[in-house]
Amino acid sequence: MKMTSKTLVGALLATTMMASPLLAAGMHPSTGEALADDQSFTYRLLDEHSSVDPQIVEDTSGADIVRDLFEGLYNQDAAGNLVPGVALSHTTNEAKDVYTFTLRDNAKWSNGDAVTAGDFVYGWRRLLDPATASPYAWFGELMSIEGASAVLAGEADPSTLGVSAVDDHTLEVKLTASLPYFALMTTHGSTFPTHQATVEAHGDKWTAPENIVSNGAYVLTEHVPSERSVRERNPMYWNNDATILETITSLVINDENVALTRYLAGELDKTEVPAGQYPKLNAEYPNQAHSNPRLCNYYYTFNMSGNGNPAFDDVRVREALSLAVDRSVITDAVLQGGQFQAYTFTPGLTAGFVTPDVPSASMTQAERDAKAMELMAEAGYGKDNPLKFDMLYNTSEGHKKIAIAMSQMWKQKLGAEAVLANQEWKTFLETRGNQDFELARGAWCGDYNEASTFLDLLDSGSGYNDGKFNSARVDELLMMAKTSDDTQPLYTEIEQIIANEIPVIPVYHYTRVMMLQEDVKGWPFENIEQNVYSKDLYVVAE
Amino acid sequence: MLNYVIRRLLVAVPTLLILIIICFYLMQTAPGGPFTSERPLPPQVLANIEAKYGLDQPHYKQLYNYVVGIVTQFDFGPSYQYKDRSVNDIIAQGFPVTLTYGFISFVVATIVGVSLGVVAAIRHNTALDYIAVGATFSAQALPNFVMAPILIYVFTLKLGLLPGGGWNGGQWQYLIMPVIALSTSFFASVARITRSSMLEVLNSNFIRTARAKGLPETTIIWRHALKPTLMPVVSYLGPAFVGMITGSVVIDIYFSTGGIGRFYVNSALNRDYAVMLGLTILYGGLTVLFNLLTDLLYAWLDPKIRY
Repeated sequence: MKMTSKTLVGALLATTMMASPLLAAGMHPSTGEALADDQSFTYRLLDEHSSVDPQIVEDTSGADIVRDLFEGLYNQDAAGNLVPGVALSHTTNEAKDVYTFTLRDNAKWSNGDAVTAGDFVYGWRRLLDPATASPYAWFGELMSIEGASAVLAGEADPSTLGVSAVDDHTLEVKLTASLPYFALMTTHGSTFPTHQATVEAHGDKWTAPENIVSNGAYVLTEHVPSERSVRERNPMYWNNDATILETITSLVINDENVALTRYLAGELDKTEVPAGQYPKLNAEYPNQAHSNPRLCNYYYTFNMSGNGNPAFDDVRVREALSLAVDRSVITDAVLQGGQFQAYTFTPGLTAGFVTPDVPSASMTQAERDAKAMELMAEAGYGKDNPLKFDMLYNTSEGHKKIAIAMSQMWKQKLGAEAVLANQEWKTFLETRGNQDFELARGAWCGDYNEASTFLDLLDSGSGYNDGKFNSARVDELLMMAKTSDDTQPLYTEIEQIIANEIPVIPVYHYTRVMMLQEDVKGWPFENIEQNVYSKDLYVVAE
Repeated sequence: MLNYVIRRLLVAVPTLLILIIICFYLMQTAPGGPFTSERPLPPQVLANIEAKYGLDQPHYKQLYNYVVGIVTQFDFGPSYQYKDRSVNDIIAQGFPVTLTYGFISFVVATIVGVSLGVVAAIRHNTALDYIAVGATFSAQALPNFVMAPILIYVFTLKLGLLPGGGWNGGQWQYLIMPVIALSTSFFASVARITRSSMLEVLNSNFIRTARAKGLPETTIIWRHALKPTLMPVVSYLGPAFVGMITGSVVIDIYFSTGGIGRFYVNSALNRDYAVMLGLTILYGGLTVLFNLLTDLLYAWLDPKIRY
């Protein structure tokens, strides 16, 4: 994507308008809503975040905090569109393999130092430096930065990486491939700048509240592991005048029912809704309960490596099992959170992706069941010769309910006997990764808003392809999609191959079901990646 | 006596060493590792991380380095999960929390339990006894993971009296519900043990003698009956104390106290080897220490025991 000067001017105008003196009068500068005196926001975290170091963090709760503390080249607006961050604009060459970013000259670190192109160079080198041992170093490779693989392997010095500071406000990146969507990737936390002097002075402890120097709208002021983390307005932030929320507190509350109770008691401004409770909460608090699509899918994968159940070598069996799963029962009776029934692997709301027509999607469940029975009979299975197989999922009440529902559907409709087994998370991953299963649960949340983040899972060379589905055509199409300007026909064909070959049973596409206090405004419901920037939130007066 | 204490402490060293070795190899046999994830790391990324933490070395060497680190620098290693923290940091932050609510719960459980048990025994087979016994049975039947959400529902949501969780440096409002939830089943056990022990003591010959001598009942209870009554209670309290200051994962989960109980369980689930080992050593050391203290208390309570 290329930012036109028009959108940039618009964005700049908007940010300038937001900085008007109206703020002092307790009114929102652009909407005119009366603001509450107490501009604090408290939300629940399921568990302690792994880190707030941009190049180290690997969980979404940590990434949410990093997005407040640091600012990269670009940010996203409430709809997920690119808006300027530290970068004002960028240009690219015709081949789209050299990108030049122009940085604003008023961006500052929380200690008053200027944010320069050199800080980005340092951060990106740090991401790939083997000494950092970043679990997200692969993102640097994914961005196709010149020299990334060699630096990561320790074969080249980090200084050889294809990223350089032309001057303090010009950053140049050289890529090994043509990436039209490169700028989109700079909203990812691992590409944020880091303050070299601070990292070098404090080592692993540089992210402690007493040491940290950051360039985002907020600074970290308190962190009690497994209890709370507090961030407060950063007066040095270049657009501090537009920031409305003063304090953001995240509280670690492991139990989601306790979190809901505390939300209802007014201790939290936001929490997740436990499975099955959305209809009741939505009826009682229609303005607080929200269900919004998430870029995640939920599926079961067949083991097609040759170690699995021989019955699954027959595509008719795989298709019958997929058809017989009544998705509406799972979304409407088990989950009850507005989830979407899935017949394709990629969620329908993925950017630039139109859900292709696959035959099973347009059939009624009765038609699907009839076809499933027919296919099973053809394959030689029936009441007197029942299909038997193992079904594996990771230990969780929610997954168990779905597995039971699915196995019951298969038993009643096809006479198939699924033996359920659950394993604790790491054991489960090891088992699935070793192809020591017959049918196993899987779920995937997109790393970025593009269909390849899902479809890459079915690439025969992908480390994530635990079912070992192997289709030369899919591999070829995925390769073509990497550099194509028109990916839809390629993705459509891949989805159709999946619909014909059934390496996986797509079950549903996720929603994020949450409770948000009515007086909190500015929540980016339209942002399907759910990237929240606290600087865009505000609390209105009741 | 001093010799005895020194001997016991010396025996603790090989005990803990064996504990470390067993725990270390048990961990290694668990499937998966600290960096197993749904998104398998590319081999090069994984290799860099393992090199950083020394996990690319043979097991015996990792174990050796770990023990040497503890002995020479009192360094229990890094956390692989929380990369900005060491095991020492985690213990330094979480243990005081756990110790605070664990110790208070222990004191509450002991005082309430012993008093309830003594009263029930003195008023044996009266309404008071039945109420006390009924209360202890109910308390024991109510597990703390059921009690915790109920307490939060009542005191936070319905009555609005107490904060629903958190620690806030250990302010008293934040302590009340964790202490109630943690001490309930312990006080019930203490009360039952005290009651039956007291009943036995009250029927023994030396109490009968004391009564025959015409001593007032309060003197009999306080000066003569209580000390022998406490013998079985003390043998329960030693391990119970360690249990309370360590086995608090339920409290940490429901009340978000940030204690080490939750870290311990998480470390096992995340295969955070050094955290798991470090906390196991802490628990092991505490167990050894409190068993020793229990034995020393015996000697004070029972004149027949001498070391």
